Amino acid sequence: MTTPLTQQPIWATPQSLVEHALVTSTADDCIAIVRDKTSANLRWANNTLTTNGVMHAVTVTIVSFIRGADGVSTGSVTGSASSPGQVATLVDAADAAARAGSPAEDANDLVAGEAAKDWEDPPQPTDIHVYDDFAPALGEAFGRAAHGGRLLYGFVNHELTTTYLGSTTGLRLRHVQPTGHYGCTGKTAELSQSAWVGGATRDFTDVDALAIDATLAQRLGWATRRVDLPAGRYDTILPPSAVADVMIDAYWYAGARVAHEGQSVYSDRTDGTRIGHDVSDPGVTLFSDPAHPGLECEPFVVATQSSNEQSVFDNGLALGRTDWIRKGVLTSLLQTRHSAAMTKQPVTPRIDNLALSIDGGHGSIDDLVAGMDRGLLLTCLWYIRAVDEQTLLLTGLTRDGVYLVENGEITGAVNNFRWNESPVDLLRRFTHATDTVPAFSREWGDDYFSRTAMPALRIPDFNMSSVSQAL
Amino acid sequence: MSGPELDPTFTALPHRRLGDAALTRAHELGVSHADFRFERVRYQHLGVRDGVLQGASDAEDLGFAVRVIHAGAWGFASGVVLTPEEAVRVAERAVEVAQVAADMTSTPVEIAPEPVYDDVTWISAYDVNPLEVPATEKATLLIDWTNRLRTGAAVDHASAFLQQVQENKYYADLAGTRTTQQRVRVHPGFEAMGTGADHFDSMSSIAPPAARGWEYLTGGWDWDDEIDQVPELLAEKLKAPSVEAGAYDLVIDPSNLWLTIHESIGHATELDRALGYEANYAGTSFATYDKRGTLQYGSPVMNITGDRTVAHGLATVGYDDEGVQTQSWDIVEDGLFVGYQLDRAMGHMKPELNDGRSNGCAYADSPGHIPIQRMANVSLQPEPHGPSTEELIARVERGLYVVGDKSWSIDMQRFNFQFTGQRFYKITDGELVGQLRDVAYQATTTDFWNSLEAVGGPQTWVLGGAFNCGKAQPGQVASVSHGCPTSLFRDIRILNTSDEAGH
Repeated sequence: MTTPLTQQPIWATPQSLVEHALVTSTADDCIAIVRDKTSANLRWANNTLTTNGVMHAVTVTIVSFIRGADGVSTGSVTGSASSPGQVATLVDAADAAARAGSPAEDANDLVAGEAAKDWEDPPQPTDIHVYDDFAPALGEAFGRAAHGGRLLYGFVNHELTTTYLGSTTGLRLRHVQPTGHYGCTGKTAELSQSAWVGGATRDFTDVDALAIDATLAQRLGWATRRVDLPAGRYDTILPPSAVADVMIDAYWYAGARVAHEGQSVYSDRTDGTRIGHDVSDPGVTLFSDPAHPGLECEPFVVATQSSNEQSVFDNGLALGRTDWIRKGVLTSLLQTRHSAAMTKQPVTPRIDNLALSIDGGHGSIDDLVAGMDRGLLLTCLWYIRAVDEQTLLLTGLTRDGVYLVENGEITGAVNNFRWNESPVDLLRRFTHATDTVPAFSREWGDDYFSRTAMPALRIPDFNMSSVSQAL
Repeated sequence: MSGPELDPTFTALPHRRLGDAALTRAHELGVSHADFRFERVRYQHLGVRDGVLQGASDAEDLGFAVRVIHAGAWGFASGVVLTPEEAVRVAERAVEVAQVAADMTSTPVEIAPEPVYDDVTWISAYDVNPLEVPATEKATLLIDWTNRLRTGAAVDHASAFLQQVQENKYYADLAGTRTTQQRVRVHPGFEAMGTGADHFDSMSSIAPPAARGWEYLTGGWDWDDEIDQVPELLAEKLKAPSVEAGAYDLVIDPSNLWLTIHESIGHATELDRALGYEANYAGTSFATYDKRGTLQYGSPVMNITGDRTVAHGLATVGYDDEGVQTQSWDIVEDGLFVGYQLDRAMGHMKPELNDGRSNGCAYADSPGHIPIQRMANVSLQPEPHGPSTEELIARVERGLYVVGDKSWSIDMQRFNFQFTGQRFYKITDGELVGQLRDVAYQATTTDFWNSLEAVGGPQTWVLGGAFNCGKAQPGQVASVSHGCPTSLFRDIRILNTSDEAGH
């Protein structure tokens, strides 16, 4: 990149960048992916705004394919680009990388197609005005919280990413992805108690700052009575947010190739993978669906680099509802066409949402609480990491509200715990489940995976390994 | 000998013209502070599995940002179209955001003063820019690593990777500071996987990532020796007995201890956490401001420094993302908690900490993100004439020698942590008597560091680190190094992870 960029046209449409890439490439085939992303955020602490920002990025990925005697080699180059000249630089680099490369093991025919009906539509942007209603309400919530002896800490983010995917095999696909979430931690003035409320949203029309503060006030009220409990196994209600925290791990570790090669909880010594085996309670169905109401996400594969769980050759493959676990039986793992051939299974690529439903699950957290003699109600989980891939043993903490349930009522707040548990094992051991509702993972929702729907689960013997003094 | 020079493909970009345009516009709009940051960050990643290059990709993040203080509030905006007109628009947008923010900012923002550095340049220490080495040469090396690992009888599969980064930043502010900087860093690694009687396991390289160039892969670490040893070490691990849970003395190798330092000291002594700025995300800290100067963080042999200056440190840079010249300082002195990591806003808020000045910890991971206080290289100092690793092991009757990091987790106030590792050797009467499996150690930060009996000498000291430290909303990723000697801890709780998963 040696050309002064300001000598070039300053702006081009994403579609024109895609077309420019495809005609400029001298490779045998080429895929161009343009992502136009705008975002706006507000962050606060101690009842005052701290940082904020609006961002705009245009990212172009070029994947070039060169056919040779031994197979097809590829090159993938991604960069910030907004002009045809910048795109041409990326194309040159990707073409050169493909020519220098070695044959790809995941080589397959590129997906063929034609222009989607919305291809010519422009990117959809967001800006700071998405908070025109929320921001004044947040200011009012700061006042109410200060008056009530509470401190608020939180963050809201709204993004709109418009993706354009074009190929020399005719694909012209467009997708607009709204991603938004809110989270707010409330603490008592002397910092001795903490509570949290959070969720996902697509447009912030359904987020009410005053309602968030009111819920935090209620939860901090539950903590008026503090009860210290030791480590041990407890009858425990995981709300949908906490179930999302651990089920995302169960999903991320579900790569077919890694399982087939013997290194995951989904491996079987005889069959390679546990597909077809009972892995959970027979009422469990864990699935993804790009069209799931409220969780809509990209309905086609977008892969900028090949790895165990994605293949650049699969770009543009249509995605539909995929059951990972159906009625307690493992039915699918995360596949590329390459790993599907290796494992002799259908092609079931990763999808950007996840839902869990339990046959016979009904009611809400309130119903689970009402039915419990003595146990714990959690708020969310934190700092979750895999300890042992063989069982998918995870470790993590409880965070911002562990509540004591006695005789069907919340009677106080308990210290936090470090826990060690496997999400796959939890799906075998739960005794009660609620309806499936929108759920936002505190651990993974902010940065990676916000589109989840989960029930609350009651686990009779959740392993609280030690006490955490964290408040 | 002259070192590397600024990349001419960066200096040819219009950063200075855009900076002048943005700062001029911000000044016209009456801001009390404005800074302009133009960045180009280049990444290349290669992944290899079982002798085949699975994926190679190049990525570049190019853009600029304007940050202002206006009406007592921060305003931040970023852009990617590299024209003076767009720089003016982004400056206007930052001021507009500050106006929205002002209504919700109850404590006016001010920042600590810093001397002006008029057009200075800083380049990190490396010999060969890894991004200028042909990708095929790098792929060939990684493919060879996995092929050699797979010659081991116990190795079913092997993978290798190489992440490389070249970071160029231009910073300018209304006070007159202008800095142009270039940093290079690499993170190579490999993993061997195998199967035992009724279980599987793996073993990874313990080579740390480093702010070094391609020379790190060709001679900066003894890769050949490690690749020769790992298959046998994995075979031994697969046959090793399961640990008996209980209390053990631990001799912890730098390849494991760096991460414990990162989590239990590095993050706990970030002042933004202690002040609650991260309460909704990364968390707060038990090391609250009132404990500075009184908390016995650890035993008297514990001395912790923060710096952004150590050679080849991943957080090392000449000037931070607020134009502050980098420094080094004490965080724990003879076990006593004495210092924090700061940016300019916190330097102003707590003038007693560093003579009213930031200690240079502001960093943004991309042109699209606002700088926040990020971690310096936080390191445990060795004992000048201290013992060797073997001498420390010799002091233990019943214990474990811990090598390499693996799983990690700590609570939101940095009290309770749990770590695993690559290898746990049983120590009996001062001797290593073979590996154990299923081991995790769990402790509370100040209990753990107060159980530190001895630190090794400089001959045991290694600069470890990570590329993937996460913090802030929206999330930002930073690289940071942690140096430490081999160290001896008494009476630490050991879990059997297989028992933990049972019920």
